[in-house]
Amino acid sequence: MSERFDVAIIGAGPAGLAAAGVLGQAGCSVTLLDEQAEPGGQIYRGIGSASGPRKSVLGADYAAGASLLPSLAHDSVTHIAGATVWEVTPERDIYYSQAGKASGLKAEHVLVATGATERPMPFPGWTLPGVMTAGAGQILLKTAGMLPPSPCVLAGSGPLLFLIAAQYLAAGFKIDAIVETTPRGNLAKALPHLPGALLNNKYLRKGLAMLASLRKAGIPHYKASTSLVAEGDGQVEALKFTSGGKPHRLACASLLIHNGVVPNVQISRSLNLDHAWDSLQHCWHPVTDASGATSLAGFRVAGDGGGIAGAEAAAHGGRLAALAILEDLGKITGGERQARSSDDSAALKWHGRARPFLDALYAPAREFLEPADSTIVCRCEEVTAGKIREFVDLGCLGPNQAKSFGRAGMGPCQGRYCGLTVSSVIAAKLGKEMDEVGYYRIRPPLKPITLRELASMDLDDDADERPAA
Amino acid sequence: MRNVLHFKRLDEASGDTVELTFEGEPVTARAGETVAAALLAAGHISGRQTPVSGSPRGPYCMMGACFDCLVEIDGEANRQGCMTQVRDGMVVRRMTGARDVDRGSAA
Repeated sequence: MSERFDVAIIGAGPAGLAAAGVLGQAGCSVTLLDEQAEPGGQIYRGIGSASGPRKSVLGADYAAGASLLPSLAHDSVTHIAGATVWEVTPERDIYYSQAGKASGLKAEHVLVATGATERPMPFPGWTLPGVMTAGAGQILLKTAGMLPPSPCVLAGSGPLLFLIAAQYLAAGFKIDAIVETTPRGNLAKALPHLPGALLNNKYLRKGLAMLASLRKAGIPHYKASTSLVAEGDGQVEALKFTSGGKPHRLACASLLIHNGVVPNVQISRSLNLDHAWDSLQHCWHPVTDASGATSLAGFRVAGDGGGIAGAEAAAHGGRLAALAILEDLGKITGGERQARSSDDSAALKWHGRARPFLDALYAPAREFLEPADSTIVCRCEEVTAGKIREFVDLGCLGPNQAKSFGRAGMGPCQGRYCGLTVSSVIAAKLGKEMDEVGYYRIRPPLKPITLRELASMDLDDDADERPAA
Repeated sequence: MRNVLHFKRLDEASGDTVELTFEGEPVTARAGETVAAALLAAGHISGRQTPVSGSPRGPYCMMGACFDCLVEIDGEANRQGCMTQVRDGMVVRRMTGARDVDRGSAA
């Protein structure tokens, strides 16, 4: 019915690009589908077009992403930019839209490399215009060289919060405050993981250097902040919170929030692959082996979509998955794969050493996992945490029933920014574990498409397959 | 009327400019920018009001996941501003409340 490829890779971030390089070099026909206009994923957004000054503002770790771009130069690799994948079938048919036209293709092997999204951070006022994710702020810096309006406050928890503050400083822009929500008890829980993290102290050193630069710049840093409320009439005007036992109110024209990142599981969930709850990273991830193989033959997951480990680890994971695919395709022997995998396996392990410490240190605060009743959790359908709790009182047992009770997760974002919260609110209310309550069932189309797009699909080949009348 | 607060471009960001309109007002953007970025730089922090309660929303994730940057582009409703690159002559309009079935999207 459609074009056939040895391998379809979904996502042109570090994992997808690294995999495309290995597969392309071996002469496999590869199609790399990516939603953005340029390759790089979110971590390396705009890497192919960023100017020298912009790269120096964003730092060496960002600039290093350019080394992945030659992967696309292989003749057998087709990069389809601006392609929104809206269905992946267990038979490995992939449907996508590009520039308003729908198309399909078929692959022997599928590598899902769709990365991460920001963990939901619901609190009163987080839907106001002017409140954006820290990642959004960073994307505006990477792709358009844009800085947010002042006064600008950063709120939340996790390394990205400090990274963007440091990048803004490098760009000559001083934010007005960091309101950190990392709970006070996290450090004690993280300390047992410190010896492991010291074996790979690259992330620790980078983090400490960032914190030092922010301190030196005199940026106020409120720690263990709680009870966040964004206020404003039509747009954000202030952030209220409690820190050090005192209430605070900071005026802001922009409020960038961050609560860590979690795997983007839309495709793996839609395929009903096995997923496991990670209580340290506080998210679900598809169950995979070291080569990214999932519970369904022909499907691998690499990069942060399989569990959060960062951009460099994602590239190693992408190469390991590609080598395993080469063996499956009979292009290399098991022995060759093993020999070629050893460097990436070792590097992946090394990057992983720092994770348990970081994951425990930046574990999300309870107030964002189980928000107060008045807080909107489903942004699209404007369903509050209190409503979800009412549904439970009425007999709702899980997130899928919450859809029928009150449309939670049924808006255009399809649960991307409420799924984890809805599950955790229900689990807490029922006194159950996340695993018992489960997650939304994700169905195609994975992103909204118009009927016109659907109708534009070329089905001529299908007609050929019909038996003659 | 509240202050217009807009995202600022770093000086190094230069290049070809593109002219579009938002609600009939001219907006100058840089080629390669997304509609959402161009509107933020022009001080249009909100591009829609929700179908459920009519509350204002603006770009939130800038990566195609949250759908809060939806705007009408060249007559077509519910387009993701952060996933659409600016083009000369583009006509962008605010979306207000639920979509009107009779109007739909202009062909």
